[in-house]
Amino acid sequence: MSGEEQFVVSLSVNGTRRPVTVPARRLLSDALRHDLELTGTHVGCEHGVCGACTVLLDGVPVRSCLMFAVQAEHHEVTTVEGLADADGRLHPVQEAFRDCHGLQCGFCTPGFLTTIAAALEDYPPGASISADEAREILGGNLCRCTGYQNIVKAVGRAQEIRTQRAGLSGDEATDRDST
Amino acid sequence: MKPPAFGYAAPRSVEEALAVLADLGHDGKVLAGGQSLIPLLSMRLTAPHTLVDINRIPGLADVTVAEDGSVIVGALVRHAELLAHAQAFEALPLLRRATSNVAHATVRNRGTTCGSVAHADPSGEMTAILAITGGSVQIAAAGRRTRDVGAREFFLGPLESCLGPGELAVSVRFGAPAPRSGSAFLELARRQGDYAMCGVAVTVTLDDSAEVTTVRAAYLSVGPVPDVHDLTAPVAGQRYSTADWRAAGELAASLVEPEGDLHASADYRRRLVSVLTERALPLAAADAVARTQVAA
Ligand SMILES: Cc1cc2nc3c(=O)[nH]c(=O)nc-3n(C[C@H](O)[C@H](O)[C@H](O)COP(=O)(O)OP(=O)(O)OC[C@H]3O[C@@H](n4cnc5c(N)ncnc54)[C@H](O)[C@@H]3O)c2cc1C
Ligand code: FES
Ligand code: FES
Repeated sequence: MSGEEQFVVSLSVNGTRRPVTVPARRLLSDALRHDLELTGTHVGCEHGVCGACTVLLDGVPVRSCLMFAVQAEHHEVTTVEGLADADGRLHPVQEAFRDCHGLQCGFCTPGFLTTIAAALEDYPPGASISADEAREILGGNLCRCTGYQNIVKAVGRAQEIRTQRAGLSGDEATDRDST
Repeated sequence: MKPPAFGYAAPRSVEEALAVLADLGHDGKVLAGGQSLIPLLSMRLTAPHTLVDINRIPGLADVTVAEDGSVIVGALVRHAELLAHAQAFEALPLLRRATSNVAHATVRNRGTTCGSVAHADPSGEMTAILAITGGSVQIAAAGRRTRDVGAREFFLGPLESCLGPGELAVSVRFGAPAPRSGSAFLELARRQGDYAMCGVAVTVTLDDSAEVTTVRAAYLSVGPVPDVHDLTAPVAGQRYSTADWRAAGELAASLVEPEGDLHASADYRRRLVSVLTERALPLAAADAVARTQVAA
């Protein structure tokens, strides 16, 4: 391994510049986990099938095991560690997974959270997401524990939470106002 | 597993890429979306000397609808971009019908249409679409004119194309639909987004009185290369609404020579060819009526 050419790559992860020195063959997933010690990104199959390693590249979900770290320069990477607000308030999808028991062992969860977080951006707060649409969103991620039902529910719940946070929780708000 | 060590070049222009590829010859390997190549590297099924990463080359990410209605897709157009492209869909609806079946959204965000064609996987949707639309691949190399290679000459076998050392596919061109024709795409996979056990792309052309003149079909996962089959004979001259599509499906099943594997036996695949063809053809005929002023 010595003698292998090394590349200095300036990664931008969760809003912070993090330079790493890696060989070209370093997978983005490994750069995140081993070089940056961001072990929230999980690696299941390492050939693109399970979705556990999904991160956002400029806001778009990609498999971090199917990219090299050298390719991520000049892009913004968001991992599961970057979903919550700086003050620790959970992302709506994280809160929804807790509410709906959307995880058991948690191995697959980072990939689901990043995938769903990006998909939610396609829906304005207030719009509803059908169970079929939720299944389409989740189709590329595998979970060996939950049987998926609660993850499907969590997608709808996450959208409810976004709607509430946007102050659009129609019925509740008017109910309170009128009392 | 982890990929083996390799050299890495990231050219910033097509000219530079071609120079690097010419220099490397057999040692060079193009890296596009990486959605097929990186799994192969990680499984150590391939060990190229140097990867030539084309992702930083500007000007390769355009989708163009030509005047004749054909659709030209640049080497860095991701599946997701082609899927969302309204003019491409209007010009050639088969593109979206097929692309929506390529893998899952996350893989489509990175994988390229050109890469799919270059990979020449007979289970891939885009290989069949290139074949049935009479499309071609635009292949560049240092010091010579870009050559245009038709689908029939391009695909040589499973995962084998006519791309040689030093060559770069700069775009693929999907041919325009014939006048008064319609299309349909159907596949069967264990799970939406998985590789199909069998899939079919069909086109049906009608005459002015809505009678069938031409029926063609190309299949996924049933042969080494995406052959285009002529299924006109059993339905020629029949009205589109009452044509004997089952006979066309049976003809298709007699023409293909699928192989069995873990996912489906050869007999099952042949049966799927017949059933999916029978289902797809009336959809394509109805599409032809809807898209043109054929008297329904
Ligand atoms: C989980 C999973 C499921 C998938 N399911 C499907 C599916 O259902 N259907 C399907 O069709 N595909 C599927 N794919 C593959 C996906 O469509 C890939 O995007 C595609 O096969 C290859 O495109 P790429 O841009 O990623 O190419 P790469 O992986 O970068 O390259 C693939 C090959 O083509 C060569 N190549 C690429 N671009 C060029 C070029 N411009 N010039 C010369 N050579 C080039 C490379 O050298 C390499 O040999 C799946 C992938 C995964 C990981
Ligand atoms: S670890 Fe990347 S998809 Fe399974
Ligand atoms: S919660 Fe265990 S794999 Fe999904």
